[in-house]
Amino acid sequence: MDLVETYREDLRFARKRTTWVLLGVLLAALLWLPWVAHPSWLVRLSLIALYAIGVMGQNLLIGYAGLISFGQAGFLAIGAYAFGHLRLLGVPFLLALAGAGAAAGVAGLLVGFPSLRLKGPYLAIATLGFGIAVYQVFANSEVLSGGRSGLAVPKLQPAWGLSHEAYVYYVYLALLLGFTVLTYNLVSSYVGRAFVAIRDSEIAAEVMGVNLTRYKLLAFAISSFYTGVHGGLFAQFLSHLEPQTFNVAESLTLFVAVIVGGLASVEGSIFGATFVILVPTLLSEYRWFVPMLFGFAILMVLIFEPLGLAGRWLKTRLYFQLWPFR
Amino acid sequence: MERLIQYVLTGLSAGSLYALVALGIVLVYRSTRVLNFAHGDVATFGTFVAFALAMERYPFAVAFPVALVAGSLVAVLFYFAVLVPAQRQGANLLGQVILTLGLALILQGGIVYRWGAEPDRFPFPLSDSRTWKLGPIFVSELSLGTFAAGLVGSALLYLLVQKTRLGLAMRATSENLAAAQTLGIPTRRVLAFAWAVAAALGVVAGVFLASALLLDPFFMLDPFLKAFAAAVLGGLNSLPGAIAGGLILGVAESLTGAYLTIQFKNTLAFVVIIVVLLIRPEGLLGHEFKERV
Repeated sequence: MDLVETYREDLRFARKRTTWVLLGVLLAALLWLPWVAHPSWLVRLSLIALYAIGVMGQNLLIGYAGLISFGQAGFLAIGAYAFGHLRLLGVPFLLALAGAGAAAGVAGLLVGFPSLRLKGPYLAIATLGFGIAVYQVFANSEVLSGGRSGLAVPKLQPAWGLSHEAYVYYVYLALLLGFTVLTYNLVSSYVGRAFVAIRDSEIAAEVMGVNLTRYKLLAFAISSFYTGVHGGLFAQFLSHLEPQTFNVAESLTLFVAVIVGGLASVEGSIFGATFVILVPTLLSEYRWFVPMLFGFAILMVLIFEPLGLAGRWLKTRLYFQLWPFR
Repeated sequence: MERLIQYVLTGLSAGSLYALVALGIVLVYRSTRVLNFAHGDVATFGTFVAFALAMERYPFAVAFPVALVAGSLVAVLFYFAVLVPAQRQGANLLGQVILTLGLALILQGGIVYRWGAEPDRFPFPLSDSRTWKLGPIFVSELSLGTFAAGLVGSALLYLLVQKTRLGLAMRATSENLAAAQTLGIPTRRVLAFAWAVAAALGVVAGVFLASALLLDPFFMLDPFLKAFAAAVLGGLNSLPGAIAGGLILGVAESLTGAYLTIQFKNTLAFVVIIVVLLIRPEGLLGHEFKERV
């Protein structure tokens, strides 16, 4: 029997042994991939991995804490440029990545302050304004953006005799794994529950002893830390930075990923990132169709499956667990 | 001194367009409590309809009204086909924002598919290069026409909202939906009408902007965001606020570009948003209770 007796048990990441085995198989398959897959697929998967980290961060903010932000491209730009400049100063990869996250996190705190007083639509506008203001500062300041020719970020040197694609793939996969575990722990800890409480009812949360100021700011800081890391990884991936990369469309793409993947779901963030990366690559012949498809996707998700791909996934799993009964 | 007046005039002309777009945003927000992120794209769509008709050698007097109707139709269709069912299902604020974003993306894709992404020149009866000299100040025909369009649009909207039965119904509906329904006002049709009027205002601004700039599928994004800033500055639920906000923003932008820094001229609007929301979230003329934490 599969009885859940304590709250702690309910929060456990994977309760059954089969789940652990399946996860192990999935991980082994991902690790084995560089030997069989075409390098272009490794590049795509690396891109998905780095997007998934950013989407997780955004999901913490929108899905868990219920604060709408359209300014992700701003944090992304801050993270990417912080990373680029640190790398150019000769700072090692992981340290530069932490720096990128920290820079974006501080910016997140600054943006978080208005969020204390602003609700819903006002917050969406304020963050949208922030994102565009950051974009324009980078576009107009040659010191920050590296001038007309852009900022070149030194490439990662592959170790252990791997090809460049395979090495980047492994590094990004490891980081995604780390962030996934971190996020799971975060959302099932006091902090995650505080976020959910604030989302569902601010007054009730406050009465229960959740410090609104602290946790709203924390939500912004953590989410923008993730986005900063995403920006850093993106900078490393592109190895050439231009402010045009971080426009409103980029914020919207992240937003679509959160909605399609599923609000308040960690695995949903990975699904969402997969969706927004794979759809444009598969439809590369029909570029004009991509925004339309994104638009239809979020309309469909909102009307038919509010939990997004993660909800679909949950239902599929339940179906197989109960099979042949329903 | 002449320079100052010249810049103020330029700013007023740009600001009147911001005001028109902002009026659309405010009209929709205060009647349906939906922030319409598709407003710019609906306006773009209408402008492209006008452009297509003008390319087919229809006179401007035909193309312009058809464009207004086309933009309004899209907005009404979206309201009835998507927003009403979603609201019946109890979509929350985030959900409704997502719906308008979805519409924006769909319209964008459709416009790029139908008309391509290359910028075009918009054929317009008023010209940018024909200017009049008033004392030491130059006024171009287009900027004068733009200012007039902003003024006439605002005035017509004022008459509609304040002096007609329909306007009274609109005000009642936005004030208290349930009470308006009880009094026999067909609220859904009134709200759809508000969406249509908002879209038409957007298309007017779009047509004038397209003739000042180049026409491409994303040309409304920047003015739309600035109109958002103007709406926030004036107060998101105040129609006079939208006009004041638009004009103030236009003039402030023009003066910033002239006297402070030309590079960060466009950033001003977003700084304005953040500062206004921090200091006075309800805007200059709006009323909304403040949240304290």
